Amino acid sequence: MSLDLSLLRDGGVSWLDASGPESGIVLSTRVRLARNLQGLPFTVRTRAEDRAAILDRVIDAVEGTERLSDATLFRLNELDGHSRQLLHERHLVSKELAALNGDAEARSSAALLTDGILGIMINEEDHLRLQSLRSGLALLEAYADLERLDTDLGSRLSFAFHPEFGYLTSCPTNAGTGLRASVLIHLPGLVLTKEIAKVLQGLAQVGLTFRGLYGEGSEVVGNFFQLSNQTTLGKSEEELLDHLGKLVRRVIEYEVQARQVLERDAAAVMADKVWRAYGLLRYARSLSFDENMNLLSGVRLGVGLNLIKDVSVYTLNKLLVFTQPAHLTVAGDRPAPESNQSMLRADFVRRELESDAERAST
Amino acid sequence: MQCDNCHEREAAVHLTQIVDNSVTTLHLCPQCAAEKGVQTGANVAKFPLSDFLASMGKGVAAHLPPGGTAEACGFCGATLQDFRNSGRLGCPHCYETFESHLRTLLRRLHGSSKHVGEVYLTPGEASAGSTDHGASEMRRQLAAAVEAENFELAAELRDRLRALE
Repeated sequence: MSLDLSLLRDGGVSWLDASGPESGIVLSTRVRLARNLQGLPFTVRTRAEDRAAILDRVIDAVEGTERLSDATLFRLNELDGHSRQLLHERHLVSKELAALNGDAEARSSAALLTDGILGIMINEEDHLRLQSLRSGLALLEAYADLERLDTDLGSRLSFAFHPEFGYLTSCPTNAGTGLRASVLIHLPGLVLTKEIAKVLQGLAQVGLTFRGLYGEGSEVVGNFFQLSNQTTLGKSEEELLDHLGKLVRRVIEYEVQARQVLERDAAAVMADKVWRAYGLLRYARSLSFDENMNLLSGVRLGVGLNLIKDVSVYTLNKLLVFTQPAHLTVAGDRPAPESNQSMLRADFVRRELESDAERAST
Repeated sequence: MQCDNCHEREAAVHLTQIVDNSVTTLHLCPQCAAEKGVQTGANVAKFPLSDFLASMGKGVAAHLPPGGTAEACGFCGATLQDFRNSGRLGCPHCYETFESHLRTLLRRLHGSSKHVGEVYLTPGEASAGSTDHGASEMRRQLAAAVEAENFELAAELRDRLRALE
């Protein structure tokens, strides 16, 4: 079975509309809470009937609340690999829930209930992963939505909670608050000035981790980093968010300073670099995934430096999501071979940039 | 210089803390420092990304203190060996079965084993809050929180109990 993403408001990517604070540098904010039901083993040790019961209970609990009233339920185990990949590329489900490691099918009763902004992954590593996605840097707003959903669900379901250890999770790295907040941030200035290693090392010392664009284990491409809290226990939810928010703001300042240094000391080189990136994206007939990401990073920097005025941040965000492999493949078709994908990718990018340029000239 | 904590190993971490204008200096060996959740710059600098990512997954169990492999969780049957292999616990009861091991592990991972965030009462506990049963459950939790030196939770439970009574 394939998937109808038109059921979701903006196809579930409204968080890419660049409407949030600091959205030139921060693409999106995601906060999630891990929760498990009492009286059942954690997901890896569940039987199919346990997982079916978990899904039923969560659906019942959600129906009793006002939240997520226009959410859509996606049963991952009823979707083909392409559709699962599509949901993952839109950052709506984790790699684990979508079962994208190898050819494995999604586990039975693995599901996503989402309205595109607020959602619940069910039968992930933990029984429930409540998640909230926002444009730009919006940690408190994202958490506020989540906290209300958590309170509503917690009054209808019995969560596993320990007086000393807090919310209990399958992996002890998530115990306590179960809260992981992450901010997707674009740091080309720090990479180009070679300050990035120092900054990331500094962040590691104060309890932050970084990952690539697609979460755990993913590579850093296109100078996009996901910064998140490393620990979940021993600090309150507010302290964790406050700490991350302060540090992200500091990183934004460093990035802005790095861009100023580049503008001051290497203006001509920078202008050449960003316009070359734009030229390639605008006219190339074949773009590999990595090349596309790196060029998009260059154009994004050009837009940030106010050198390139014809391209909107929204278009750049959209290009990040819609040029990934599953998005270039028509539903039901086999994934296009890599060479073909590169051509499809270049076509898509060219069309989007052309329409931005036309819009700018009228 | 000897470690101020275990008085056995050589101190390698010198922790200076300033609290309310009074300066205290602790000399700790790396093991005791780690258990107290003190992160040193030297460690972080040697911490490559791959290890770091691994430590988020299976590697978690590498932080577990040795021993206790024979015991199995009475609810799900998982053993500490299972946890060492998979990096995942079997069920919420595992946290009680392997409490002391996990307390050490949580301290190493998070620098603390005491939850200070939102306090959760199950629907039963919350609605029974107005009855004697609910109050006695809360008293039991309060005692457990005090026992665990989780004073933030204890204070919250005490306030709730006061409101009830």
